[in-house]
Amino acid sequence: MGEKAIEKVSIIISKGSLEGVYPGLIMANGARMEGIQAMVFFTFFGLDALHKKKMNKLKVATVGNPAMGIPTIVGAIPGMSAFATMMMKKEMEKLDIPPVGEFLEMIHDAGGEIYGCKAAMDMFHYKREDLCDQVDGILTVGEFYEKSAGASIIFT
Amino acid sequence: MATKELAGKSVEFDEEGYMVDFKQWDEEIAGELAREEGIEELTERHFQVIRYMRSEYEKNGIAPSIRKLTKGSGVPTKELYQLFPGGPAKKAARIGGMPKPKGCV
Repeated sequence: MGEKAIEKVSIIISKGSLEGVYPGLIMANGARMEGIQAMVFFTFFGLDALHKKKMNKLKVATVGNPAMGIPTIVGAIPGMSAFATMMMKKEMEKLDIPPVGEFLEMIHDAGGEIYGCKAAMDMFHYKREDLCDQVDGILTVGEFYEKSAGASIIFT
Repeated sequence: MATKELAGKSVEFDEEGYMVDFKQWDEEIAGELAREEGIEELTERHFQVIRYMRSEYEKNGIAPSIRKLTKGSGVPTKELYQLFPGGPAKKAARIGGMPKPKGCV
């Protein structure tokens, strides 16, 4: 007790798999629900979560994921990732966790800020109009740190 | 556990300040609790959210998530946060005489 409460979080989402994107979204939304300021910065493959054509097609990685409990070679069978993704989405729906597009809308409407990474945009040749309307801007690393002033930075 | 005098009734609260007895709640108590949360006056829009939340709680035994709250109450997310600044699910639950919501979303 007597510890200072968290007032602001700045969450980085750097992975583009379903299980790579959701933890950051849940934490951002959860922050807003607690009255904590939140911003989310999408970089590298995480940027796909903001891409209008890709955001709702993210997949669970079934290879190189020991927690899946299946041998790597089984995970590599065509359709395995799609199957695992479908199962996970079903479980998430039960918990009222929305699809990525709707989740971003929820976070944005809740006052959370959403940013894309300039370097990743250039690397993947994405244009601003490829990304969803909830994006508040494209930031360089420097601008990201500037906007994160006073925040706890969480890298996912 | 603590007992407090609110709107002329003696109301019991848990450690986190949420009402223990869902059935004891009324709109006058809600008004007092809202003032404690910094909401001067509860409008019809506030009650629209609270009433939906209470009916869901009564049916399912848990307070609905923000997503369900938005879809079910007919009050959009943005407005929910304006009506209950600093956490709509938590505040509406407390003002509405329910225990603290347990969900992560």
